[in-house]
Order: sequence, then structure tokens, then C-alpha cells
Amino acid sequence: MAGISSFGAYVPRYRLGAETDGWNSPQERSVANFDEDSVTMAVAAGIDCLRGQDRQSVDGIIFATTTTPYAEKQCAAIIATALDLRRDIFAADTTDVLRAGTTAMMSALNSVMAGSASNVLVIASDNRQGAPRGDTERNLGDGAVAFLVSDSGVIAELTGSYSITENLMDSWRSTGDSFVRTWEDRFATEEGLDRILGDALSGYFSKYGIEAKDVAKVAFYAPDGRRHGQLTRKAGFTTEQVQDPLFGKLGNTGAAFSLMLLASALESATPGQLLLTVSYGDGSDVLGFRTTDAVSNRTPRMGVSGYLNTKSQLDSYETFAGWREVWATDGARRPDPNSPSVTALWRESDKNLRLYGATCNNCGYVQYPAQRVCVNCQSKDDATPTRFSDRKGTVFTYSMDYLAATTDKPLVITMIDFEGGGRMLCMMTDRELEEVRVDMPIEMSFRKLRVVNGIHNYYWKAVPQRAMV
Amino acid sequence: MSGIRDRVAIIGMGCTKFGERWDASSSDLMVEASYEAFNDAGIEGKDVQAAWLGTVGSFRTGQPLAEALKLDYIPISRVENACATATDAFRNACYAVAAGIYDIVLALGVEKLKDSGFSGLAIPEAPGSDVAPPAPPPSQFAMAATRYFHQYGIPYDDGKLTLAQIASKNHHNGTLSPKAHFQREVSTEQIINAPMVAWPLGLFDCCGVSDGAAAAIITTPEIAKTFRDDYILVKGLGLAVGAFGTLRNDWDFTHFPETVRAAQATYQEAGITNPREELDMAMVHDCFTITELIIYEDLGISPRGRASEDVEAGTFSLEGDLPVNTDGGLKCFGHPIGASGIRMIYEVYKQLQGKAEGRQLKDPTLGLTHNLGGRPGSFTCSVAIFGTRD
Repeated sequence: MAGISSFGAYVPRYRLGAETDGWNSPQERSVANFDEDSVTMAVAAGIDCLRGQDRQSVDGIIFATTTTPYAEKQCAAIIATALDLRRDIFAADTTDVLRAGTTAMMSALNSVMAGSASNVLVIASDNRQGAPRGDTERNLGDGAVAFLVSDSGVIAELTGSYSITENLMDSWRSTGDSFVRTWEDRFATEEGLDRILGDALSGYFSKYGIEAKDVAKVAFYAPDGRRHGQLTRKAGFTTEQVQDPLFGKLGNTGAAFSLMLLASALESATPGQLLLTVSYGDGSDVLGFRTTDAVSNRTPRMGVSGYLNTKSQLDSYETFAGWREVWATDGARRPDPNSPSVTALWRESDKNLRLYGATCNNCGYVQYPAQRVCVNCQSKDDATPTRFSDRKGTVFTYSMDYLAATTDKPLVITMIDFEGGGRMLCMMTDRELEEVRVDMPIEMSFRKLRVVNGIHNYYWKAVPQRAMV
Repeated sequence: MSGIRDRVAIIGMGCTKFGERWDASSSDLMVEASYEAFNDAGIEGKDVQAAWLGTVGSFRTGQPLAEALKLDYIPISRVENACATATDAFRNACYAVAAGIYDIVLALGVEKLKDSGFSGLAIPEAPGSDVAPPAPPPSQFAMAATRYFHQYGIPYDDGKLTLAQIASKNHHNGTLSPKAHFQREVSTEQIINAPMVAWPLGLFDCCGVSDGAAAAIITTPEIAKTFRDDYILVKGLGLAVGAFGTLRNDWDFTHFPETVRAAQATYQEAGITNPREELDMAMVHDCFTITELIIYEDLGISPRGRASEDVEAGTFSLEGDLPVNTDGGLKCFGHPIGASGIRMIYEVYKQLQGKAEGRQLKDPTLGLTHNLGGRPGSFTCSVAIFGTRD
């Protein structure tokens, strides 16, 4: 048996929407904060998926995106470390195509079916950018989704797959392009989406001898809401069979999109349902899953709906444009940062990426960062690593720096006290100033601090807790 | 342990005009401060047998002092200990004299901050992983203010007023100090309504970023008598270094144990049992107004959580029971980091000699200086006490 044993998702807090000054659409879409990228969102989705799971049981990780921060350097390795996975695992980045998410999913399923791994984490994450004020920008969204693909304990079992590969340019970015380029809409629809997705679906149906009516929910890729409606109607699905594509709430999340819709479907699925996810990009992958009885055992997670429901509308399009560096703003009068020392980054990997502190074996005192000599009892080299990334905490005190060299002025600096002990000085992000206070409940979020010397320097920040559904 | 009390004396001091000294290099500042001290003591550069140069970022070694003053192959040590740098240079110089190694030595602190092109501090750091939050001093001390207000249930407006009263007092004292960086009165309304730097601290809650230098000539009391009658005696020197606050959940952010411990040690060495009654003046490290408020309590002058009552009562003004930062403090005299500690000693020295001009206190005989370097949770704190000769 191979299938999905757990899933999770992540949608950034912020939305462009009706209350966003200068946003030219009544429809909402999600936007990653200035310190988020495909890697940070992948970590957040991974945490959501691994709640209550044994992280040591994960044998591999595949990361799918079209917006990888590095051209040469594996992102899955960063994500695996931030998620505190084992060292003896396989890892891969699957990139450059909108169906990278389902490609990763199929690779993971194949590994599990072949018996080379028992549990593989698949994470798809994207934050593509359209040219300012264009249709693409309006319809895109930022988000991530994670699945634990396993050989046992599955909530949805793989029933089959069908793929088409066809070289076709309807949307693309070359190396160095900031924005998605597209070819004429009518061609892209008729010879791209309509024909290829139609062929993929009918191929799956004939391969497995089923019809559209046998499908409980279809999680269908489309670049926008209008074409999503046309495609699913043409494919013969009724409204009830079509998983809400979340246009007007989330937006097209690229390589993560059809899998985020699959996660949405799983959130409310009942046992015995056939779920299809259909991706698109230089062809199409169709994957079918049949839910098991275990799908009813809902473990606590945020999921797509939890993250969609905890949101804030961005004040203005200008803020968004600043986040995406669409225009340059006057910086703070501070010296340019030096390159981080790669040696120090490597040496501090447990502290910075796994967010390990330590618990003294002698006196039990919990401290971050880990100390050679215990701050409480002075015993030396006698402590157990302790992970703080999934601990909640509260703000002990804070300040708001109006002169800091940061995109989100004023920079909120907090001293965090973790549940169970441990204290950490860290930045707060995704915050509205009026909600920041002493004793405010927070959780930790993996973020990108800055890019210097081509090094994307990631670390953890405090964020306001987003309510669990 | 016999301690430093009455074992060394100051016979000469110098201090440059502090401020944005576009006209002067670090060397110029060292020459200015040293020659004022030489003239005050009645010595020449060749009489100096050893020197300690305090600077946080202007120099790396003692060589620039030798070069500026043309000192004669004498031993020079460069000292760096955050904002306690100058006082620590002074402290090491005192110990060398007390040990009987040298008769006459020079301690000098200097900092040239305004060549960087940046406001605030811009001192380069060693290569590292660079993940630590960018929390410069205003932000760090603002966290102490936030917690202080919270812990003692002080409404924001009340807390801001107390802090403004401290800044306003120091601004007034600055108007009476010709060498101070800032020399104008500022009202509590102006202070409260100034732009935020790091909430809840506004522009006038922060000290000046300045260029400057200050110097002291140190000898034994026996030799001092041969130079002048009004030499000043060192009564106590304390230094406490801590780095544990932010590792401990039980540290409250509203008291700085480094100050408490350095003060205790220095009071003991100086034979002081009731600082509020016995001290005639104090020069404390008011890098931010909240720092001065907390220092009142950490030095044992005000009860915990109630320093605002003493501020309200005018205890720390020039006319009060215990004047604090009589020359304007870091707030208005300015804060060239590696010079500030000796600048404070300069003010105590002048006050005890009765030479503090328009801000002269009535017959002070015992004064304290205090420096706090680092950030809440991790400080280097120096406390020093000086007295007139018996």
C-alpha cells in the first residue's frame, strides 16, 4: 500500500484584496511577506504536516517549486534541516515546471512502492510573480503544501496515475526573468489547457475504466477562475465534484496549486472517496487517491482552510511592491551588511536552522542557544539538544525600532519566553503593530533574513499565533 | 586584599569639546585632551612612564597614542571594554601605580564616531553567521523600558513623562557645560512629542553620538602632594561583567545585576554604607533615559520601582539632594564611547576642586562615576568613587 499518511499546508497571513489601497481587483489573493520565499513557506507547510508525526521516521524529502532561491544549491537540504529530519535521508529539488508538485508526488510514491523508503515528505511551494498590475499578478497566489507519503497508515491510497509530456510554451520565465511571460491567451487555452488536460483526464479514465461520475472530488489546475470553470465543465464534472479552486481567496499557487486543492479536499473527505489531482505544465499528471477509514481521524492541523481563515488585508499595493522589490526604496542610513561567514553558518546549523537549544542533564535548566557550561548549575558539556521551532511562547518584552534597516518598519524586536523554558531574542514578523504587547502568544516561523553575497540567510522569527482549526 | 582606597591620586585632567568634531581627527582629540591634562598637572609628555589608551573602535593598539604625543618608547596598552572602556583604562593605570611599578601614568579615552557617515553607531563586527536580530542599543534599552512600565503598572504617558524629566534635567545641565555637545534647554513636552527612535524611546531619550577625548594623570598621594594641594583621591574601583540575563527566564529586565554588583564592591572598597546620604554627586551612564532611571535603583539610591518619585521630587537636579549628571551626562555632554568614562571622572574632579563654573555644587567631597557597556542581560559595568584629600 502506498498513499498519503499526513498532510499540511501554509498560506501567508497577508492578502491583497478589497481593503488594499491601489489593488485593482475585488478578488483576494495571498501574498508572501517580504521575508518569505518558497523555502520558508515549505518549512511552514512541513511543520503543519508533521504535527504529531515522528520526524525521525522520514526517509526522504522532495521539494517542488518554480521559484527556487538558488540556481546551484539544494533547497531540500535547507528544508530538511529546518524540519529537523534525519541526516541519512535522500533529498531532491524538483523545479522549473508548474507540475513539479505532482512530479515530486509521483517520485515519492514510486520510492515507497518500490520499497526503498517508508516515509517520504513531499513539499510543493511557490511564490511566482506577475508583472505589476497585470492579469497574471492578479490571479497568482503564494502558498505551500506538504504530504507525507507512506507505505502504511495512509488516509488516502494511491489508485493510479496518468501522465502526458508535451513541450509547449504558454507561460515561462528565463533565467533572470522576474515576471512570468505568457503567450496569447486563446492559443494557450485551446491548444494548451483544454486539449492537454482533456487528454490527460480521458487517458486516466480509460486506463482505469472509470468515468467522471466515479470521482468524488477533482483538484484541478487552472490559471484563473474563469478558465477553471470552463475546463471542469467541459470535462464533465458537476459543481459538487469540483474542489473549490479558491480563486478570490488564495490565487494560483503554481507548482503547489493542484496539490493544495487536494489537501483542501482531504480536509473534509469521508472514507472511500476517489480524489483526483490534475496538474499542468509541459503536459499534465493525473493522480488518483481513494480515502481510507483513517481519513476521518482528523489530527489537529492548520491546513489550507486554517491558514486561509487567519488573514490580514495588506494596507496598500505600495507595500506589496516594496516587498517584491518592484521599486527600490530609500534605505536606512546604515552600513551595507557583510557576507555571512559560511563557516559560521555551518557550525551553527543546529542552533540557527534546527533551532536547537539545550536542556541541562544535571539541573534541567532549558536554555537557548545551547551552552557548553550550564547557565544555572555550571556543569560542563552535559546537556540534551532541545528543539524550539515547534514550541509556543509569549512576549516577555519588546521594542519597535523606527530606524532599523528593514522592510517592515518599525522593526519589532522581542524577547520570547518559550513554554517549558528557554528565552530568545528575535524579530517579530507578520505583525500588526496594535496587536504587539507583553504576554502576547507567539509561535516560531522560518524566515529569510537577507541575501548577501548570494547567500540566502534563513533563521527563525516570532509570529503572532494563528488559530488552529 | 587592601583595595585601591586612597592609594592613587589624580593630579591633572583634560577633556576636549565633545560633539561633531568634523575639524579634528582622533589624533587631534588625543593631543587636545592630553595637553590640557599635562598643563593641569604641571608635567610634560616625557614625564609619563606608562599609558593606557581606551578606545572601542578608533584604534586597535597603543601605537597611535605614542605617535600623537611622541611618547618615549614607554609601555602603552590599548583597552577596550564596551562603554566602560575609558574607566577600565583608568582602572588599569591606577593598579599599576598602586602596585608601585610606576610613579606617573596617563589614562586616556578617545572615540571618533562621526567619520562613519552614519547616524548611530557603526562599528564593524567580526565575521559570523549574521542571524542575530539587528537590535542596536536604542532597541535593546527600549525593551527594558517596555518591561519596566509593565512590571510596575506605569501607564505609558506617566512613564514617558518620567523619562522626559530625566532628559530635560540633563539638557539643563548641558547649558552650563561649555564643552558639552548639546547646550540648549528642551521641555518635557518637546521630549515626549519627539519622533520615535525605538518605541517607547524617542529622539530625546537617546544620548548624543559624539567625537571626543578625555585624559587623566595618575600618581601616588605622596607624589601628588608635590604637585598640588587639591589633588583627588581614588576611593574605589569596581568592575562587574555579566552575560547571562537573556539565557535565564527569571531575569526581569528591570534591574541590571552588573550595576548592583559593581556598586556593592565599590561601596565596600570606599567604605560607603549609605550611598544616598554619603555621595555628593553621581555621574551615571545615561545612554538612554530609561537607563538612568534604572541606575538610580541599581545604585541603591532609589527604592525598586519608585525612582520616578525621586525624579519628580527633583532629587537629581543641580539643586537636589544628590545631583546626577551635572555636566549634562551622555545625553548632552555626548557619548564618544571610549572617552565617556574619563569625561565623567573629569566632571567629578572639577566639582571636587570647586572649578565647575556655572554648575558648581556646594562643597562636594565624594563623587561617583558609573559606566554600563553592552545590552540589558549582558553588561560590563564599572563604578568608581572619588574623594577630596583628607
